[in-house]
Amino acid sequence: MEDLYREIILDHYENPRNYGELPDADISYEDDNPLCGDRIRMDLKVQDGRIVDVRFSGKGCAISQASASMLTERIKGATVEEARRLTREDILEMLGIPLGPARIKCALLSLKVLKAGLYGLPKIDWDELG
Amino acid sequence: MKSVGLRTELNVERIRADFPILHQAIHGKPLVFLDSAASSQKPIPVIEAMNEYYRTTHANVHRGVYQLSEQATALYEEARRKIAAFIGAASPKEIIFTRNTTEAINLVAYAWARPFLREGDEILLTEMEHHSNLVPWFLVAQEKGLRIRYIPITDEGRLRLDLLDTLITERTRLVAVTMMSNVLGTINPLRPIIEKAHAVGAMVLIDGAQGVPHIPVNVQELGGDFLAFSGHKMCGPTGIGVLWGRRELLEAMPPFLGGGDMIRRVTLEGAEWNELPYKFEAGTPAIAEAIGLGVAVDYLSRIGLEAIHHHEQMLVTYAMERLSEFPGIRIVGPPPAERGGVVAFVMDRVHPHDIATILDREGICIRAGHHCAMPLHERLGLTATARASFYLYNTIEEVDRLIEGLEIVRKTFHRAG
Repeated sequence: MEDLYREIILDHYENPRNYGELPDADISYEDDNPLCGDRIRMDLKVQDGRIVDVRFSGKGCAISQASASMLTERIKGATVEEARRLTREDILEMLGIPLGPARIKCALLSLKVLKAGLYGLPKIDWDELG
Repeated sequence: MKSVGLRTELNVERIRADFPILHQAIHGKPLVFLDSAASSQKPIPVIEAMNEYYRTTHANVHRGVYQLSEQATALYEEARRKIAAFIGAASPKEIIFTRNTTEAINLVAYAWARPFLREGDEILLTEMEHHSNLVPWFLVAQEKGLRIRYIPITDEGRLRLDLLDTLITERTRLVAVTMMSNVLGTINPLRPIIEKAHAVGAMVLIDGAQGVPHIPVNVQELGGDFLAFSGHKMCGPTGIGVLWGRRELLEAMPPFLGGGDMIRRVTLEGAEWNELPYKFEAGTPAIAEAIGLGVAVDYLSRIGLEAIHHHEQMLVTYAMERLSEFPGIRIVGPPPAERGGVVAFVMDRVHPHDIATILDREGICIRAGHHCAMPLHERLGLTATARASFYLYNTIEEVDRLIEGLEIVRKTFHRAG
């Protein structure tokens, strides 16, 4: 089980970074994966084109929650443009675990939420994540 | 291993020899298949019958005057007779082949509820229904202005039959209820529901997707009006399901789909419908699949549904005993005596999908999620559950493997105490 549920994943699941909500967020977006009940909300504070603060909240499996936690660390301080350029490969590389097709949506839910929020879209499809 | 009444009337070793798929390794571990409530595996006779049909007998049915077509038609209609006998139907004319339970229920929604129900009429469902026994009614209710009501469940996962007298009224036109919950495992007492529904002139549709594969059913003794079930959950192939309906109801209903085979005569001005059951079977049907289902029914009948049900109750009793001793696990649903071979549960701090992924690495297949019963999960206050389900080929040793797998889940997630 070492490969999939490695220490860093479990650590982010049990001690999520940047967890909570930002009452004065500039961008808030929420989405879920109804198949498994994973839900993620992201709140972003943006100044001069830069993400100066971020929080995520939600619940779900270890993969979706760890992915969201790691993603907030990745984008805090990044420019909106840099965050928009993140791809599914970036997320999978960040997680560093082998995921089958059934679990890949868990890993990508946070990116889906982030991108829809950053682009101001009502929603974004899985195959449009980049 | 603790000893409960671990007796079975089945020769499980011999049964397992009939299911080639079971004898393989997944992630290097012997496969333990505990997801038959989603779809069962297929025995050699079913696989071979379909193979043989395609190798020797295939031609379109009800069309050709040549020998092959007549043979194919004979096999297809023989399957219908077997299925009629299997559920105790009065006539094979009452057996409509569909793709699956979902299509069978949709057939009743579109060809019975839609033409015959009027604004303000009520359809009574239950809180434990699968989406396929909810959404077709939502669609027709929206179009026709029908009211949908629900029989609530208790916290233990039983139907609140004490409320039937207030829920079934002269406005009730249909009660649609599952024979057995695909999550709670609850086997519902159908007789009191049917009696009360019939007393006000309401029809009763029974969702037999989980029941028919596992519990002996005789529709004439039971007394309902429609029964829907799927082939693939009862050792048959995918793509074939059945709607049974009382003949006078089916006779009165307009067709569901239009096309070939369902008409007696077509002119440019219109068409005259074919007789039962063909009125409801437009287009070339799933011939090989129907034949496969007929053989599956032979297979199950030879072993005996009563014996299969007892075997599954033995497994679920043992599984629930082991799971209830497991730290941090909560089982949903009633005690083993009131259920079939299904047990859904949650584990503290671990999402069901993580449970299923870790078990998969141990070669164990279980289902995780809402199992197409989101309203039920909402009622239970859960977003998802993990579910193990059993069939005639499962063993006590496989339940032990499940528990060992859950130990690995626990160690993975509770490593720091």
